[in-house]
Amino acid sequence: MFIGYFTERPYQDPGSGYFGATGRDITDLGISNSTYDPKLGAELYNRYLDEKVYAEEMGFDGLMLNEHHSTPFCMGGVLNVEAAILARITKKAKIVLLGNVLPIWDDPLWLAEELAEIDMISRGRLVTGWVRGTGRESVAHNAQAPFNWERFQEAHDFIVKAWTTPGPFRWEGEHYNYRYVNPWSRPYQQPHPQIWIPGVMSRNTVAWAAKNRYPYVMLATEMEPTLQSYQYYTDCAKENGYEADTQHRSYLFKVHVDETEELAEAAARKYIQGPSNPFLEGNQGTVRSEIQNLPGLTSRTQLLPTVSSFAAAQSRGRTAEFEKATGKSADELRKENAADFLGTFDQQTNKKSIIWGTPDTVIPKVREVLEYLRPGSIFFWDGDGAMDHGDAMRSLRLMGEEVIPAVREMGKSLDLQGPFERDTKTNQPIEAGA
Amino acid sequence: MSADYTEPLLYAPVDVIELSVERTHTQSFVIHVLLRPPAGNHPAGGGITPLTTATPTQPHTTETVTVAGRAVRVLKGGSGAPLVVLHHSTGNPGWLPVYDKLAAQFTVFVPDMPGYGQSERPEWARDPRDLGILLNFALEKLGLTGVTLVGFGFGGFVAAELATMDHSKIKSLVLVGAAGIQPREGEIMDEMLTGFIEYMEAGFRDKAGYQAVYGEEPEPAVRELWDYSREMTARVTWKPYMFNRRLAPALAEVRTPTLLIWGGQDRVVPPVCGQQYKEALPNARLEVLAGAGHFVEIEEPDRVAQLIAAHARQA
Repeated sequence: MFIGYFTERPYQDPGSGYFGATGRDITDLGISNSTYDPKLGAELYNRYLDEKVYAEEMGFDGLMLNEHHSTPFCMGGVLNVEAAILARITKKAKIVLLGNVLPIWDDPLWLAEELAEIDMISRGRLVTGWVRGTGRESVAHNAQAPFNWERFQEAHDFIVKAWTTPGPFRWEGEHYNYRYVNPWSRPYQQPHPQIWIPGVMSRNTVAWAAKNRYPYVMLATEMEPTLQSYQYYTDCAKENGYEADTQHRSYLFKVHVDETEELAEAAARKYIQGPSNPFLEGNQGTVRSEIQNLPGLTSRTQLLPTVSSFAAAQSRGRTAEFEKATGKSADELRKENAADFLGTFDQQTNKKSIIWGTPDTVIPKVREVLEYLRPGSIFFWDGDGAMDHGDAMRSLRLMGEEVIPAVREMGKSLDLQGPFERDTKTNQPIEAGA
Repeated sequence: MSADYTEPLLYAPVDVIELSVERTHTQSFVIHVLLRPPAGNHPAGGGITPLTTATPTQPHTTETVTVAGRAVRVLKGGSGAPLVVLHHSTGNPGWLPVYDKLAAQFTVFVPDMPGYGQSERPEWARDPRDLGILLNFALEKLGLTGVTLVGFGFGGFVAAELATMDHSKIKSLVLVGAAGIQPREGEIMDEMLTGFIEYMEAGFRDKAGYQAVYGEEPEPAVRELWDYSREMTARVTWKPYMFNRRLAPALAEVRTPTLLIWGGQDRVVPPVCGQQYKEALPNARLEVLAGAGHFVEIEEPDRVAQLIAAHARQA
């Protein structure tokens, strides 16, 4: 069992009006950075790094970072900088990037160099993960949306080759052209760091991940469609001649533990009180589907069962596809019961979209998730929204003292082996310390 | 590279969507949708499903020519000298009232530009200039000479590119609210950052004009055509969006008599672009229809047809 820690690193500004229990709704790509306070940014970046260091101390196997652009819900626009700092100031934990948005890189050789450098500085602790990004990312860095999938695949093939094939060589591709590929840096881990692929809704990406035998990380999706999506991976694996197992399944979900039930509830309610985040059910803000779902960005039809979850569909600008899949009218739902539509805190608690409590009440709920989904690696998504440093640190301490040891035991008893215990390429055990 | 990274088409575009136009008793018209039997695995499923009863106005026929291995569908109607119309970035909505008016004097050809509507996608195309190259060959394959070439909006951009390539077939040129040149002031409205209703409404002088054509709530297939067309547009004019700095310098050698028509209230392509085209072209005249919007040919079909016909006669 691989256990990681994640927060989106929201830009928390109590003076913004977009923050706290009565915070205003944010329209996607709808606010100017004129209000951005770099001094506040400095405090927040340092706080989030401190929390990652503490997460390592508390026994987490992985410190997960992600990337979004032009938005206050995630400060990780340049996650490689954070990763490079963590590479130097942490000692044991894997640095898990989920992930770099490949299609927006016009120069993926630069990315290959950065990641190799991070892997070396960390002495082989990088887990690299690559995503296609949402429309916001393509808009922010002006990447041509209809070529998103082509660029993703070509950049992947190119980086893997740059890491594994002695240079110099020439690359004349459809979207990338190099006359001299010979980076003076190579990954510490040979042949290259593990590659994990996170996602929510694209069937093509799952099929591609399965073909490459990369672990697929479902990002805070609802339980039942998550299981169905894992099944799709399993089916694709069969088509590729192997059996997918726990090492190929990864799951990110929201878990907060605290000293008392009252403290836990108060903090957990803050999940949905930060700056609006299309990926945080209950506080998705206003998503402009024409931007999130740019023309040609992803297939309109090749979708995972997660499209039947409104929160997931909305985050991707997919309400039309949600309507097709469920027969429900998004507009009608909005009019009739906005709260229900957006996922209230209580509803999310009931369906375990948010798991909160003391270690005693949280541990059995985590067990239910693990028994149901059987992932070999998990990430606890915590310290987000409007949670402050104190909230994050209390939870991290209790996770270290009680939750992580219990989850490790569950992993053993349920035989949930992660990608560092069982090789995703061969399905063979990996020697400890290898 | 030998690797094939291409994603299957989002929709099976060929033989899927037919939009047609019905004239109403008030002389306005409404765009209707017919879903045709899909050639491939179109999500809408099979069978002919008229969402509303469409009444064709003037008879027109459909032809297909193959250019560089890809089918190009062309609507054709009327009689007389050839007149070719290139549609907006939002796709070919079918046989418009302005075509009826032109069809009295011209044989009107309206191709779905390569990659739009029912014309197959040239996967390699990366620039409106590529569409100009293909359409120039399409005119050749249709055996057309002495052509009056008309382009609306983005189609005007493609027409201007085409005009820089070949003087032999083009007798006169008409650019209507044409993209292609970076405006000195303001910006061309970005279809990539706007939704269907916002973008289409901006093309009309007012909301009533938009609603007269699309109704309160546009048909899903109309949105689907828009989404599909927007993808092709994004493939050929993403960065920079809707202009080409290499176009205006080349226009200096285009002596084809050119009429520029602009809606004075064009909110999509700023009217200053009409002035810039006039400066770039050695033989051009600008007509501004005060009060009209970007879809000037929909708002003022009589006036636009009259201007085009007069220009073609003089050329």
